[in-house]
Amino acid sequence: MAKVLIIAEHDGRSLSPATAKTVQGAHGLAADVIDVVVFGDALDAIAQDAAKLAGVTCVRVVEDASLAPALASRLAPEVVALSEGYTHILAPSTTFGRDLLPRVAGLLGCNQVSDVMEVVDARTFKRPIYAGNAIVTVRVPDAISPVLATVRTASFAAAAASGSAKVEAASAQAQDPGHTEYVGAEGSSGEGPDLSSATVVVSGGRAMGSSENFELIGSLAKKLGAAVGASRAAVDAGYVPNELQVGQTGKIIAPDLYIAVGISGAIQHLTGIKDAGTIVAINKDPDAPIFEVADLGLVGDLFQLLPELEDAL
Amino acid sequence: MKILVTLKRVVDYNVRVRVKNDGSGVETDGVKMSINPFDEIALEEAIRIKERGEADEIVVVSIGPDASQQQLRTGLAMGADRAILLETDQWVQPLTAAQALLNVVEAETPDLVLMGKQAIDDDCSQTGQMLSALWGRPQATFASKIVFNDRRAEVTREVDAGLETIAVELPAVMTVDLRLNEPRFVKLPEIMKAKKKPLDSKPLAELGLSADQDFEMVAFEPPPQRGGGKTVESVAELVDELKTRGLL
Repeated sequence: MAKVLIIAEHDGRSLSPATAKTVQGAHGLAADVIDVVVFGDALDAIAQDAAKLAGVTCVRVVEDASLAPALASRLAPEVVALSEGYTHILAPSTTFGRDLLPRVAGLLGCNQVSDVMEVVDARTFKRPIYAGNAIVTVRVPDAISPVLATVRTASFAAAAASGSAKVEAASAQAQDPGHTEYVGAEGSSGEGPDLSSATVVVSGGRAMGSSENFELIGSLAKKLGAAVGASRAAVDAGYVPNELQVGQTGKIIAPDLYIAVGISGAIQHLTGIKDAGTIVAINKDPDAPIFEVADLGLVGDLFQLLPELEDAL
Repeated sequence: MKILVTLKRVVDYNVRVRVKNDGSGVETDGVKMSINPFDEIALEEAIRIKERGEADEIVVVSIGPDASQQQLRTGLAMGADRAILLETDQWVQPLTAAQALLNVVEAETPDLVLMGKQAIDDDCSQTGQMLSALWGRPQATFASKIVFNDRRAEVTREVDAGLETIAVELPAVMTVDLRLNEPRFVKLPEIMKAKKKPLDSKPLAELGLSADQDFEMVAFEPPPQRGGGKTVESVAELVDELKTRGLL
């Protein structure tokens, strides 16, 4: 029977919503045990959040100053040390999980299933390949244990915060390899909702023309209580920072409402939004590929339409 | 410094890939093949490091069918010095790729392995991390800036929260993201010159790697299509539609 270990993602202050979605993904494994492990320093609040996730059996808390901020080369051997007895080890398919879990797989000498979008059974999964242009069903042979997988967070709702799992402290067991050091980070101002988990997202593309013009997107987003996103072209042009990029190499998101403004709709971008509830496209080119996937399309000049839309709300 | 760069032969990123009617795979016959774009960025970075005088040799390595020689030749024309092909017609999964690369790393003893952060065919994004684990060396994934300082490198990484910088000791494995650089175009004289550069090919099977960790590819299917939408004529109509759907 399945015994699952989920590696929690957090930023040192709160548990990432990606963790709750990974737990939801694990529900499809018909597991007897779903444990969540949290690595870091001063983890009380984060561990309590993890303990509330529906279906979680036990939260294992590994506190050590050397485990924060998270570095894959430091965490991977800790995961291996805890892996004994588990049939599955899961992590969210975020930059955190995608950095860490393949290193764990390397240490364990096994392959990993990337970006699980559907759990067929405990050993069979569906995942996107070719930027989402094909879906492959992958089966992990019975001889391979544990099964390692990253979970595509856009494919699963967050597990409800209705549980009350026990919380257990564990000690760090592995050595710091000492060859990798955290230097620093720079990130978004933290204004508005988080792009990865927002229910409404307004994104701008290259047609915005400048970072000043991109304020139109920010302003509309604010009015809608939405997160701001961007196409790769807009990020490459320097209008907005990289963490706003939506698409194959940016964030894969599933908001209820996605408004794409001045985005032509390259397949790499569409990959990032195909799970959105309703897609609205505003573009002056009626032949833009974005209209092929949009539920509601409006053809016209965005510089005229955006202020009009904001006024109408 | 010696740099090893991986180059995977993949379906060109402009091709809209189609699943075969019988679900046995995707259609690759007659489809344009190219260097995995992330690998191309890795190679461009290696060449720039060499042009700055911080590296003296660049070796490109590929695992794939004999036709991967085309991509290796392109890599040589871009500026790599030597090429190695581990030839196989099998679909190679990440662990086997990492084990094969470890074999090359042990023979070549590079100071740096530069790879794409993922291949745009299987989209696994695993091989670099696995190689660094097998090699027991640091990894710096999703790199958008790399600065060397003696036997140390500071790498800025594109992460979900923004940018993160880590410092790693060399030798190390780095996987690169889109914004690290823009790869150069190859000029005809370089293509001619590249024909004389060494390219060693040997069967992957000679390494005697087991595929007992391989996953089974059960079936391939096209992604669910979104239903056709409707065009609205005005902002007012758009707002009405959104209200009707309970989205406003």
